[in-house]
Amino acid sequence: MTAPDASAQPLATRLIRAGAPQGLRGGTAALPAERHLLATEAWAQLSVALAAEPALDLLALWAEPGQVHAAFLDHTAPALLLASTPAVAGALSESGTAAPCYPALSPARPAAAWFERMIRDLWGLEAQGGTDLRPWLDHGRWPVRTPLARPRPSLRPPGLPPHPEFLTVHGAGVRQIPLGPIRGRIAQAAELRLHTSGEAVLRAEHRLGHTHKGTLSLILGKSPRAAARFAARLAGDSTVAHAWAFAAAAEAAAGVAPPPRAQHLRALMLEVERIHNHLRDAAAMLAALGLERPATHCLALREGALRAAERAFGHRLMMDRVLPGGVAIDIAPSGPAAILAVLEAVEAAQPDLARLVREHGGLRARLAGLGSVDPALAARFAAGGVVGRASGRGFDARHAACAAPYDALPLLPPIVLDEAGDAAARLGLRIEELAGSARLARALLADLPAVGEGETMLMRPLPQGSDGQAGEGIGLVESFRGECLHWLRLDDGGLIVGAFLRDPSWLHWPLLEAAIAAGDVADLALCERSFNCSASGVDL
Amino acid sequence: MDRMRRGLRALLSPPFAEPAPPVPAEAVALLARRLEAAGRARLGRSLAIRVVDTGSCGGCELELAALDGGAVHDLERFGLRFVESPRHADVLLVTGPVCRNLREAVELALGAMAAPRWVVAVGDCAVDGGVFKGSYAIEPGGAQASLPVDLVIPGCPPTPVQLLEGLLALIEAEDPPRRAEGSR
Repeated sequence: MTAPDASAQPLATRLIRAGAPQGLRGGTAALPAERHLLATEAWAQLSVALAAEPALDLLALWAEPGQVHAAFLDHTAPALLLASTPAVAGALSESGTAAPCYPALSPARPAAAWFERMIRDLWGLEAQGGTDLRPWLDHGRWPVRTPLARPRPSLRPPGLPPHPEFLTVHGAGVRQIPLGPIRGRIAQAAELRLHTSGEAVLRAEHRLGHTHKGTLSLILGKSPRAAARFAARLAGDSTVAHAWAFAAAAEAAAGVAPPPRAQHLRALMLEVERIHNHLRDAAAMLAALGLERPATHCLALREGALRAAERAFGHRLMMDRVLPGGVAIDIAPSGPAAILAVLEAVEAAQPDLARLVREHGGLRARLAGLGSVDPALAARFAAGGVVGRASGRGFDARHAACAAPYDALPLLPPIVLDEAGDAAARLGLRIEELAGSARLARALLADLPAVGEGETMLMRPLPQGSDGQAGEGIGLVESFRGECLHWLRLDDGGLIVGAFLRDPSWLHWPLLEAAIAAGDVADLALCERSFNCSASGVDL
Repeated sequence: MDRMRRGLRALLSPPFAEPAPPVPAEAVALLARRLEAAGRARLGRSLAIRVVDTGSCGGCELELAALDGGAVHDLERFGLRFVESPRHADVLLVTGPVCRNLREAVELALGAMAAPRWVVAVGDCAVDGGVFKGSYAIEPGGAQASLPVDLVIPGCPPTPVQLLEGLLALIEAEDPPRRAEGSR
């Protein structure tokens, strides 16, 4: 791609592009991807320049031993811009050791704060000037500290885990409501602290990391094929999306393209996953509103989708079906008919559901204005998926990257946008996207490429051992929550030496906090259901 | 609205709930022996279940929710129901490999339950850590090492039918032995 005129670019973009290119692969014609290495001074300038350039979205921030990486999305000349900087020895701490550090991005990009806390807990790199220095994933209960630091993590001295610190609110009549980590009837483990005055919520703060399973440490040193099961279990409800993003990153790093039929099957599985999750989210909202009949209808449709997935791909959630190099299994002979039957049922029910959400007086009265996210805030946090699109941020990785197989399709369902940003808008978009997903799944089924000549499996081998070549790749896949961004670095033996798996929920949780804090305690359940953030995806 | 009502009626017309799966006899026998060995009081044929996420990826919760969700399995006809408080629960059902960050929480939940009680571990992670085995962040040895587990339902994730089979085995085991020998 030809670089846009440098002088016309805003400062932050210019700073990143001025760094030494690092040969990142995985970009597409519509969305090129590049990574540049910045000196510490340039990175420090970047953290200042970002404040003046709100259009450069921060998508992720992660690390390797001795190095920090940030992923940005440039909207003006669409591109994934990755910037890296070495961590340098910082000031001596009280214990006489100098922790490596890097200039923080959180003053300019509030979404960076959680990432910076995660980097300190996992890699032991300090964000200098960061807005929040409390621990995040590390609750003081692991036998080691900074488990991903090299040459080796340090052992934790025995002792009681520290008491968690929450941000406080002062004033007369302020009460705290502690919730979690065990919540709800069937719920994920997450802690929420509310500060309230009467019914009004003054501050809501999450404390996650409870379901931290050490996923990144398990991925390192394995081949992409062996590590794919960890990516598939980052968040069980978006297992196809994460497995695909991981596979795409591995394939880009190794310079391998999967067979066309495998690409189509991946996209088909992804749409089935989107349909069953949107139906579940809609059902949860409708049930909380007391609309049991349409809620049950949605759940019955969802069960149909899961059974069709089992018929077609041998697993209800389609776990471990997408692997680096291709797909593990071809669609069963009876699969297309089963999926078509589900699509037909969804398409038959969708107009009525859409009308219900549009016109039901009680629903409108309860949801309008509830859990509202200001478009400016959604843009500031670069929220993807339904949460972003309901607040006017029109990003969809299927459109933006237009990678295979989407580039070969006659048309993609249009991006549906809403500006209202409230729970009603999010529910409405989920119902709208059901129709788009069903249409796309139909198109994919109708256009399924034949098995390539001489190919017995829908899988191409990834180079390993002496065949391997070092490289790094990025994968961007639109899950039902938003875009999943995976980054991998392979060594010359084809084994993973660096990895980060970013769930879209990283950029949703802070918005959920803001939405809860704008409402009443009684709105909490509806507000949480209208976002449906994943704890496991963020806890790694 | 009328069309929708008709559509819903067509979809939900009885009998929508599916027939119960067969109860695995081996599991029932094993659970009944556990009961006898412990000499503990029996709970009767109605069990309240508290689900606790001990570090699952969310897959097991999806299938538990599919079991719970309304029409297809109609859980309450078996006397099974999910409850919010461990104080109301007869069964602690854990999903996930028992993350170190959650061990204290799940122990507190177990401590809050009145005896007699069952502990059910769901999913391959709960058996021995599953794919996460060996990670610094999970308790070694699966759920059994941290909790007094009575029944394991493996699978990644187990399907709603597999979950239902396991839970029905619990109910059958709760039957007093005289009746179990006589009429069955």
